Amino acid sequence: MKEKNKFKILWQLFKATFTLSAFTFGGGFVIVSLMKKKFVEELGWLEEDEMLDITAIAQSSPGPIPINASVILGYRMAGIAGTLVAILGTALPPMIVISLISVFYTQFRENQVIATALQVMRAGVAAVIFDVVINLAKNVVKTKRALYIGLMTVAFIATVVFDVSAMLVILVCLAIGIIDAVIPVIRKEVVAKEEAKI
Amino acid sequence: MILQLFWSFIQVGMFSVGGGYAAIPLIQNQIVDIHKLMTLQEFTDLITIAEMTPGPISINSATFVGTRLAGLPGAIICTIGCVLPSFFICLALAFFYYKYRQLDGVQKVLSAMRPAVVALIASAGISILVLGLFGSSTIVLRDIRIVELGLFAVGLFLLRKYKLSAIQIIFGTGVAGTLIYSFI
Repeated sequence: MKEKNKFKILWQLFKATFTLSAFTFGGGFVIVSLMKKKFVEELGWLEEDEMLDITAIAQSSPGPIPINASVILGYRMAGIAGTLVAILGTALPPMIVISLISVFYTQFRENQVIATALQVMRAGVAAVIFDVVINLAKNVVKTKRALYIGLMTVAFIATVVFDVSAMLVILVCLAIGIIDAVIPVIRKEVVAKEEAKI
Repeated sequence: MILQLFWSFIQVGMFSVGGGYAAIPLIQNQIVDIHKLMTLQEFTDLITIAEMTPGPISINSATFVGTRLAGLPGAIICTIGCVLPSFFICLALAFFYYKYRQLDGVQKVLSAMRPAVVALIASAGISILVLGLFGSSTIVLRDIRIVELGLFAVGLFLLRKYKLSAIQIIFGTGVAGTLIYSFI
C-alpha cells in the first residue's frame, strides 16, 4: 500500500513539473510562481512560506532556477527519487520541444500562427503571476510587521526601477534577517548582565 | 567532443548564479569563444529560440547546442551536464533547510527573505506583462496591444473569481488570442 502511494506521489510530481515546464516562458521566477499556484494552492502539498524559502534557495544557488526549485521540491515530496523525477519532469519538455525545433528550424521561425500563440500566451502567464503575487503580498501585509512590508516595498522598487539584481536583493535581506535574529539574543544578554549587577 | 561538451555544460551549470540570463554569456564563452564550436550568429539565433520557446532558458540552450553539435546524444549530455551541479548543491541545501528550518533564529532569517522573494516575483511579472503588452521590453503607450491587454484582464479576473488553474489560463489565452488574431 505504501509503495503504491509513493508511486502515486512520484507520478503526480512528474505530471506537475512536466506541465509547468512545458508552459513556462522566460526566467526562473515565472516557473516559481506557477509552482506556487500548483503545489500550494491547487495541490496543497506545501505551505506558502516553504515555497518562498525554496524560491530564495533556488535563486541563490548556481544552475537553472527551475531545476534548482525542482530538486528541493522533489526532495521534500519523496526524497532522492522525488528529486530525480522532478528534474526529469522539468528538463524533458524543453528537450522535446527544442529537439523538434532544431529539425524544423526555418519552418518554425516563419510560422505566423506559432509566433502569435507564443506572443499572446505571455498575457496569460502575466495574469497567473499577478494572481500569485496578489495572494503573496496580502500575506506579507497581514504579518503587520513594518520591517517585512518595508523590505517588500524597497525590494520591489529596487528591482523594477533601479534594475538591482535579484541576487543582491536576497543577500541584503539575508543580512537584515540575521541582524533581526541576533538583536533579541544580544538584548537578552545585556538585560541578564544588568540584572546580575543589581 | 561529447566529453568536452559535457564538461563545458557542467561549468555553465556550476557558475551561472541567478538563472537563465546569467547562463547565456557563460555558454557563449564556452561554445563560441573557447571551443569555437559555433559562430556568434548561430549562437544569437539559438538564444532567440531559447527565449521564445517554453522551458528554462539554460536547458533550452543546452539542448539546442547539443542537438546542433552532436544530435540527440549531444542534447542529453549537455542537459545532464547543466543539471548535475544543481542536483548536488540543491540536494545538500534542501537537506539542511528541512533539518533546521524549525529553529527560531532560522525562521527569523527566512522571514526577512520572504518579502524580498515576493517583490522579485512581482518584478518578473511586470517584465513579462510589458513584453506581452508592448512586444518588447520598452513601454511605448502608442504600441499597446489591446487584444493582449484584454486577455490579461480576463485571465486575471477568471483566476481571482473562479480559481482556474494556471495551465487552463495560459493555454486558454494562447488559443483565444490566436483565434482573435486570425479573424482581424
